[in-house]
Amino acid sequence: MSYLHNIGQYFLMIKEMFRKPTKWSVMRHLIFKDIDDLIINSLGIVAFIAFFVGGVVTIQTALNMTSPLIPKTLVGFATRQSVILEFAPTFISIIMAGKVGSFITSSIGTMRVTEQIDALEVMGINAINYLVFPKFVALMLYPFLISIAMFLGILGGLAASVIGGFVSLDDYIAGIQMDFIPFHMTYAFIKTFVFAFLLATIPSYYGYYMKGGALEVGKASTTSFVWTSVAIILLNYILTQMMLS
Amino acid sequence: MIEVNNIHKSFGDSEILKGISTKFEKGKTNLVIGQSGSGKTVFLKTLLGLFTPDQGSIIYDGTDYSDLTPDEKSDLRSKMGMVFQGSALFDSMTIAENVKFPLRMFTKQSKSEMNDRVDLVLKRVNLDDAHNKLPSEASGGMQKRVAIARAIVNQPRYLFCDEPNSGLDPRTATVIDNLIQEITHEYDITTIINTHDMNSVMEIGEKIIFLKDGLKEWEGSNKNIFKTDNEAVTDFVYSSDLFKRVQKMYLDEDQ
Repeated sequence: MSYLHNIGQYFLMIKEMFRKPTKWSVMRHLIFKDIDDLIINSLGIVAFIAFFVGGVVTIQTALNMTSPLIPKTLVGFATRQSVILEFAPTFISIIMAGKVGSFITSSIGTMRVTEQIDALEVMGINAINYLVFPKFVALMLYPFLISIAMFLGILGGLAASVIGGFVSLDDYIAGIQMDFIPFHMTYAFIKTFVFAFLLATIPSYYGYYMKGGALEVGKASTTSFVWTSVAIILLNYILTQMMLS
Repeated sequence: MIEVNNIHKSFGDSEILKGISTKFEKGKTNLVIGQSGSGKTVFLKTLLGLFTPDQGSIIYDGTDYSDLTPDEKSDLRSKMGMVFQGSALFDSMTIAENVKFPLRMFTKQSKSEMNDRVDLVLKRVNLDDAHNKLPSEASGGMQKRVAIARAIVNQPRYLFCDEPNSGLDPRTATVIDNLIQEITHEYDITTIINTHDMNSVMEIGEKIIFLKDGLKEWEGSNKNIFKTDNEAVTDFVYSSDLFKRVQKMYLDEDQ
C-alpha cells in the first residue's frame, strides 16, 4: 500500500509542478541557478568518467577479439555502439542519480527540515512549482551533457586503442563510421530526455515529502538514489524493447 | 480580526483540537500559551491554512477561509506574515534578498522601490548594516529580526509567530517581544504569537488564550493571569520558582 501511495503522490506532485507558476522574473533566476548546479557542475565528472570508461570498453573489446578472422575495425564499431546506445545515456544517468539526485534530495529535504518550505507555503507560493519546475527545465539540457559523454567516450576509446597499440588509428576511425544507423541517436536521446525527467522529479519527490530531521535527509538521499536508479533501469528496458526490437 | 469558531482537528485516531472558539483582535498582541503537546502548533498551522480543520470555521475580517477557492486562499496567504520558530530564512539568499523575497513574488515594484522598502524595514528591526550577510553568518537574535522584517515587508494584515523567543537569551527575547508589539501597534495588524515563555506573557500579553489538551481552558490578559484561580493556568504559570516568588510578592502586596 505504501508503494501505491508513493506512486500516487509522485504523480500528484508532477501535476502540481505545472499549476500556479512562479513569477517569471523569479523563475528565470532559479532556472539559471539550477543549470549551473545540475548541468555545468557535472561536466567535469561526466567528462572524466566518459573518457576513461570509453577507453576501457575499447581495451576489453580488443582483448576479447582474438580470432584473426574478425576485422580490427569491429573494435571501433563496438565501442561506438556501446557508448551511444547504453554507456552514455544509461550508465551516466545512474551516476547522475547519485550526484545530482542526492544534491536535489538533500537541498529540498534540508529546506523541509528547516521550515523553509512551510515559509513558501505560508506566503501563498506553490512550493512544488518553485522548487521542482526549475530543476525540470534545467535538466532538459541534460542531452547536452550526454552528447559530450558520447564524444569523449569514443575519443577515450581512440586514445586507448592507439596508445595501447590494440588497433591502428585508421582501423578505429573506420570502425566508428561503419554501419551507422541515425535512428540509434534518436533512440539514445529519447532515453536521455526520459531519464532527465526522472532525475529531476524522483529526487525532488523524496526531498519534498521527507519527514524528520538531519538523519532522515541522509536516508531520503539514499532512498532517492535507489529508486531513481531502479526507475532508470526499468524504463531503459521498456524503451529498448519498444524502440529497437 | 480573526474569528475562530469551534475548530476540531484530528490526525488518525488522535484528536488534537477539540472545539476551540475565540476572537483575535486587530492591533493587539494575542498570545496562545500552553504546555508542550497542548495543540498550540496545530492550532497556529490551522489558522495559517497549512492544516484544514475537520470541523468549524476560521473567519478573517469577515471572510470564511473554507469558502475561498485555492487561488483566493493563496491571495489571502500573501497577506499573512509568519515568523517561524527556527526563523526559516532561505539560506542561499543574503539577508536583504530574504527580506526582498515577498516583494519580488507579490508586487510589481521597481528594483529601487523594493530596495528602499527593504532598507526601511531592516532599519525598523535595527539591522541597517546586515544587508549582505548570509543567514548562517547572523546570530539567533539577528535571524529572528530578519524573519520579522521578511514577515512585515509586504505590509501583512495578519502576523503569526511560532515561539519567536525560543533559543534566545532573556535580553534578546525581550527585544524581540517588544519589537513584535511595537510593529503590531504601528501597522495595526492582527498578531498571534504561540509561546510558552512567561516573560513574553508578562511583557506583551494583551490577550492570552491558554490551551490544554486541545481545548481552550482560559482566556484573559497579562493583567489578570496572575489572579486567576483556574488550576491549570496557575499550575502552568507558577511552574517555575521565579513565578512562585512573583505570586508571593503579589499576595504580600494584597495583604
